[in-house]
Amino acid sequence: MKIIVSVKQVPARDSNLRVASGGKWLDDSDLSYEINEPDAFALEEALQLKDAQGGEVVVVCAGPERAGSTIREALAKGADRGIHLVLPEDAVLDALSTARLLRHAVKNEAPDLILTGLQSDDLGYGQTGVVLAELLGYAHATIIMQVEVLDGALRVKRELEDGWFQYVTLPMPAVLAIQSGIKKLRYATLMGIKRAKMKPVETILAASLGLELGRAAIERVYLPARSKQSQILTGAPEQVAAQLVEKLKFEARVL
Amino acid sequence: MATTIADTTTAGRAPAQGAGFLFRAAAPEEVFTPEDLSEEQRAIAKTADEFWQSEVAPKLEAIQHQAPGVATALLRRAAELGLTSVVIPEEYGGMGLDFTSAAVVTEALGRDGSFAAWLGAHSGIGTLPLLFFGTEDQKQRYLPKLASGEMIAAYCLSEAHAGSDALAARTTAVLTEDGRHYRLNGQKMWITNGGAADLYTVFAKVNEKLTAFLVERRFPGVKQGAEEKKMGIKGSSTCAIYLDNVLVPVENRLGEPGRGHVIAFNILNLGRLTLGPGTVGSAKAVLAASLGYAKERVAFGKPIAGFGLIQHKLAEMAARTFASESVSYRVEGMVTKAAGELDWRDPAAGSRVLKAAEEFAIECSFVKVFASEVLDYVVDEGVQIHGGYGYHQDYLVERAYRDSRINRIFEGTNEINRLLATGMLLKRAQKNQIPLLEAVKKLQAQLLDPLSTAGGGKPAEGALAEQAKKVALFLLGISYMQFGPAIEQQQEVLAAISDVMMYAFVLESCVARTAKLGVRGRNAAAYTTLFAHQAMNEVERVAAEAVAVCSEGDTRRTNLAVLRKLTRREVADVVTLRREAAKRLVEHGKYLV
Ligand SMILES: Cc1cc2nc3c(=O)[nH]c(=O)nc-3n(C[C@H](O)[C@H](O)[C@H](O)COP(=O)(O)OP(=O)(O)OC[C@H]3O[C@@H](n4cnc5c(N)ncnc54)[C@H](O)[C@@H]3O)c2cc1C
Repeated sequence: MKIIVSVKQVPARDSNLRVASGGKWLDDSDLSYEINEPDAFALEEALQLKDAQGGEVVVVCAGPERAGSTIREALAKGADRGIHLVLPEDAVLDALSTARLLRHAVKNEAPDLILTGLQSDDLGYGQTGVVLAELLGYAHATIIMQVEVLDGALRVKRELEDGWFQYVTLPMPAVLAIQSGIKKLRYATLMGIKRAKMKPVETILAASLGLELGRAAIERVYLPARSKQSQILTGAPEQVAAQLVEKLKFEARVL
Repeated sequence: MATTIADTTTAGRAPAQGAGFLFRAAAPEEVFTPEDLSEEQRAIAKTADEFWQSEVAPKLEAIQHQAPGVATALLRRAAELGLTSVVIPEEYGGMGLDFTSAAVVTEALGRDGSFAAWLGAHSGIGTLPLLFFGTEDQKQRYLPKLASGEMIAAYCLSEAHAGSDALAARTTAVLTEDGRHYRLNGQKMWITNGGAADLYTVFAKVNEKLTAFLVERRFPGVKQGAEEKKMGIKGSSTCAIYLDNVLVPVENRLGEPGRGHVIAFNILNLGRLTLGPGTVGSAKAVLAASLGYAKERVAFGKPIAGFGLIQHKLAEMAARTFASESVSYRVEGMVTKAAGELDWRDPAAGSRVLKAAEEFAIECSFVKVFASEVLDYVVDEGVQIHGGYGYHQDYLVERAYRDSRINRIFEGTNEINRLLATGMLLKRAQKNQIPLLEAVKKLQAQLLDPLSTAGGGKPAEGALAEQAKKVALFLLGISYMQFGPAIEQQQEVLAAISDVMMYAFVLESCVARTAKLGVRGRNAAAYTTLFAHQAMNEVERVAAEAVAVCSEGDTRRTNLAVLRKLTRREVADVVTLRREAAKRLVEHGKYLV
């Protein structure tokens, strides 16, 4: 089985996040970076499928030079090789652009399966995997909790709301967007880290591909303004409920 | 003033040499810093950190109470990831990585004193004698088992009556008549991992001369004493080891008979170096806990992190941790570089590492003394920030406070290391290995030059480090003039010289690192100024005492005037620097460079 995992490097969760002076992105002077959390679970799922079924795991990453360390981290954990689509340091791409880049990288690979994280911790679009599937004409499913390989097909468990789950069977090749927290993540062992240096990573300059990228741009990044407008409704439950509905309809206008 | 008498220390660019810092200012690019760690070393640190967070941290209470099997199971788990065998060659089941990689693991897993002791006694002093001095057969028999954690190791040098004076050991080893065994008799004291170890490196005397042996726990006649009731690192195992007519096969003698002291001293050197990153790991953990507490704890209507006196502590804790971290990794880099590419297929690889550590033995002693004293400062202020809660066992700082104290005692007490540092310097000067005499003479000539009395200016921290070096040379000159070779009896003077050199060396490490960090450093420049302030105050204080005991009357007055000139400086606005550094630390929530 040939599995491609797309991974992204994002600002570390314990970074001190500050908006950059231009107001369009984060101030990177104080940032450290790490693998996007859902992608780490996508990688873990891929490695477990490989452990069980055999085959190859290829990591693909679109990101600046520094994202190479995230590719090598995936290699240290057991991926076989990497493809790095190198972007300029300050590039922030929309989902369609990223998907176009990824499609370029995987189109000659003919994978059985592509795993992505459900969404990225920085932009949180949650679209890249789905758009990629559409560009490739592959089947896809999102919020995946479990993957079972049948004969030439996949049976997956999707997380719905309220503790409901859905089981879907879909043909291969397919793109699955993996939910965080579904498995225990493995460590990169020291031997894995040492060996990763010897594994091949193909680097492709994104600019050299002549793709149309970056149609959507971020206008402004800002911290949510804090406004203290809490109200405590008192009274009998029925009355409070009625008041609440009233307020949601006419003040908040969300119903 | 900085420029008028600066050229004693800026001579040509010789290859790095032990004690070389005294004669030459280091260019920043020559100084290894944590920022220079490779991507691979960072990845290793990350694995160690994840292992700590998810497996060690939840077990700290159990380790602390010596719950049976918990610490050893964690050691074996660490071994599976390669964390216990970083420097062991691959052919013996290790990772075959360099000592700097081992240092980052030590830092990440050094956060708890007890677990650090388990790990350090096993993969440091327990394994390294075999790695460096073992025969091929010995390495094949034991190294893979130590690498995998199947066997736990311990190091048995100290005895009830022989600690600092290790050569006074009374344990004996006598060759049996058939020449196939040594018969060991004696008692070893204070053995870390003693209660759980399977392989002991035991030092015993063959014909009055110290010799090392690999002694298995299962050899008849080996017995462990009860666990010692200690002040701190209560979760580590420490006990006496009794050797009662233990027959050790001759194949288990480590190194040549009578060469045990070489093994012991070499391993101690490396141990001193390792103590640096280990204590830095603890210091960062205590700082993070203190920052968190200071932010949450409200008194008089506001978080105590807003009070100047608390900010003072937080900033100083961070600044001194920065200094300790800077000097630890600098010396780590010096030794690694001097040892060259670590290729274990080359039979000389091990001896190159040992020679490198020996070359920088003075610097290793500085790391040991400085890092242990910084951690003691950090835990002390950590408790103070926590107020009454810092005195309660529910808080990390209470344990850290007790755990820290051992670092000034083992791996050679700080007194012994201070004496060693100056002692080694004098010995090298006698053997003409370092240009000490020339440097002292040159300085004396400069001091007599009336032009050089021009003072003023605002020496930057780098210039202060150079001035501190001159103070050391000055003290060496006047004390030798006064006492001659009997200087060796003047312990207080030797220690003062050692301290002055140490502060100069550490300050220089901070300056170089700050220069390399450039704009990436948010607090580094403040830390360096704060540390320069502290260092120069200390230099002046200890040097004045030494001057006073080395001279009297008019000479003393002249010498004190020279000292004042050499340490003249403008006091920076350290109060404001601390407040600002502390604010950034509180915002960041943990140690910040
Ligand atoms: C928790 C713990 C774990 C340990 N683990 C190990 C281990 O695994 N293996 C092992 O072999 N040992 C171990 N040790 C022993 C440790 O290395 C010794 O305790 C240490 O070397 C000091 O020796 P000592 O206790 O005999 O003190 P002493 O040597 O008696 O020193 C007492 C005091 O006198 C000072 N002093 C001694 N000589 C001089 C001098 N010439 N000039 C000036 N001052 C001097 C010392 O600095 C100290 O302040 C451990 C100790 C402890 C407490």
